Amino acid sequence: MKHQIPMLILSAVGTLLVVSVFVPSAQHWGEDATLYFDIIAVFAFFLGGGNLIRVHTEKVSHKSAGWIYSVVTLLGFGIMLVTGLFKIGNPNGIAGDLSKSGSYFQLLFQYVMSPLNSTMYALLAFYVASASYRAFRAKNTEATILLVAAFVILLGRTALGVLLTNWIPAQLSVLQIPNLAIWIMNAPNLAGQRAIMIGISLGVISMSLRLLLGIERTYLGGDS
Amino acid sequence: MKKYQYWLILVALIIILVIVPKPLEISPTASVIVTILLGLALIWVLVLTIRGHLIGRRVVFLFIGASLALPFFMNFEMPFKISPEVKTLYDALAKLPPGSKVLAAFDYDPPSAPELQPQADAFMAYAFKHDLKVIIMGLWPQGPQQADMAVAKALRQPEIRAKNLRYGVDYVNLGFQSGNEFVIQRMGTSFSGMFPRDIYNTDYNKIPILNGVENFSNIDFVFNLSSGYPGTVEWVQIAVDRYGVKLGAGNTAVQAPSVYPYLSSRRLTGLAGGMSGAWQFELATQEPGKASTYVLPQTFSHTVVIAFIIIGNAALIVGYRRSKRGEA
Repeated sequence: MKHQIPMLILSAVGTLLVVSVFVPSAQHWGEDATLYFDIIAVFAFFLGGGNLIRVHTEKVSHKSAGWIYSVVTLLGFGIMLVTGLFKIGNPNGIAGDLSKSGSYFQLLFQYVMSPLNSTMYALLAFYVASASYRAFRAKNTEATILLVAAFVILLGRTALGVLLTNWIPAQLSVLQIPNLAIWIMNAPNLAGQRAIMIGISLGVISMSLRLLLGIERTYLGGDS
Repeated sequence: MKKYQYWLILVALIIILVIVPKPLEISPTASVIVTILLGLALIWVLVLTIRGHLIGRRVVFLFIGASLALPFFMNFEMPFKISPEVKTLYDALAKLPPGSKVLAAFDYDPPSAPELQPQADAFMAYAFKHDLKVIIMGLWPQGPQQADMAVAKALRQPEIRAKNLRYGVDYVNLGFQSGNEFVIQRMGTSFSGMFPRDIYNTDYNKIPILNGVENFSNIDFVFNLSSGYPGTVEWVQIAVDRYGVKLGAGNTAVQAPSVYPYLSSRRLTGLAGGMSGAWQFELATQEPGKASTYVLPQTFSHTVVIAFIIIGNAALIVGYRRSKRGEA
């Protein structure tokens, strides 16, 4: 029963969602089912928050390596949660909008969270450059083709690409770097992306069928 | 170098940035000189590498830092070319008559803001100037807040301020709704079912701009700003394929290649990809903003990355030749 009931639920809900797509009169079944998804998502928020507190509290209490960062995480989580839940500083009070300008939550979002997140993302520029320097090597024909394509895309996405090849006459405009970059995106990239998409779709269909028919049981745990 | 020396350099840089008058912009001649010096420094690194002195990653970081920071103070007239995908996006917006209802889906958060916020700013200013009615929503929790920032920025423009646009009449923010692609699916039959109230807790039926907006059939255009899942792919697969929505998108540079198949099949009307797309979108809409400033540092940093790839390959060739000589 421990395995049969979840499999039964999965098959019933999965079949219902498939039917709701193909049968117009059953469309609302699918939409009603998606409401349950929202309800489950709410529990996931609680679980996620609870898990974050548990993991980081343990790290702090055991003084594990990097425990000070866990303190920062917990403080950040707590401050955002309290300012958001109680709408501290909100001009319209507790009934006002969470993102109302002047509220502490909005200030924290705009002047702390937003710049910190952008900084983290911006650091990628340094690591990408370092990784390119060390790993992007023309070791064989395939790697060389990839390297040349990367050069064209990198230049084609900047003003330098236009500047370098603007002198090429209109009859040969296909050789201008921005046009070459467009060709790479619209021909080889498109073909590759389509192949990946078709592959993923076929994989999703076969995996969904296996789940609906009860052949795939790994989601039930190791002992299934 | 000792650790405290790095801190001293950092503090000195901050002090310089604070005390120098702003906006600091060096002349075009000085800009060319700085660019040549940067180029010469890269050639010097290449020569060092060929001679067998491999550089550390700190040098790479230094060059990237310089190539990102210095162009902010430079003065260059940059040539531009609007790509076909940005042009079709702009054309689709330009075809919308005043009063058209545009759904703006903000599916990104602050890490992607450098690439997507300029697109949001340009779109919002363009929409307000051309009397488009904007309905904002987000499948990402922080999306509607990013939208708020774009709205506030647009409303500060004198031309837009003169229009006396009113919240609820000319634009509305429906906020975030959890449920990913299921939200789009349910919006296909009922917007109010998914968004019963806006972010100010006003009932859907009491918002003038939403009068008569029942589902996607009452929307003239959807503009999606996306940096991942859920995003443009989901909008295409559900809103476009199932409900025939006209969709244009702005994506991060990382995500853009994955949506090109939808462009060629015309599921996607147009696309502004990454910083370059944002810059072109700003130029097309004649709303120059941050992307027009950021594109010069991007040009410099791309060039430095290419230079370091060449230097890295030079090191490979030198190493290969040396080992061959050693074997001989």
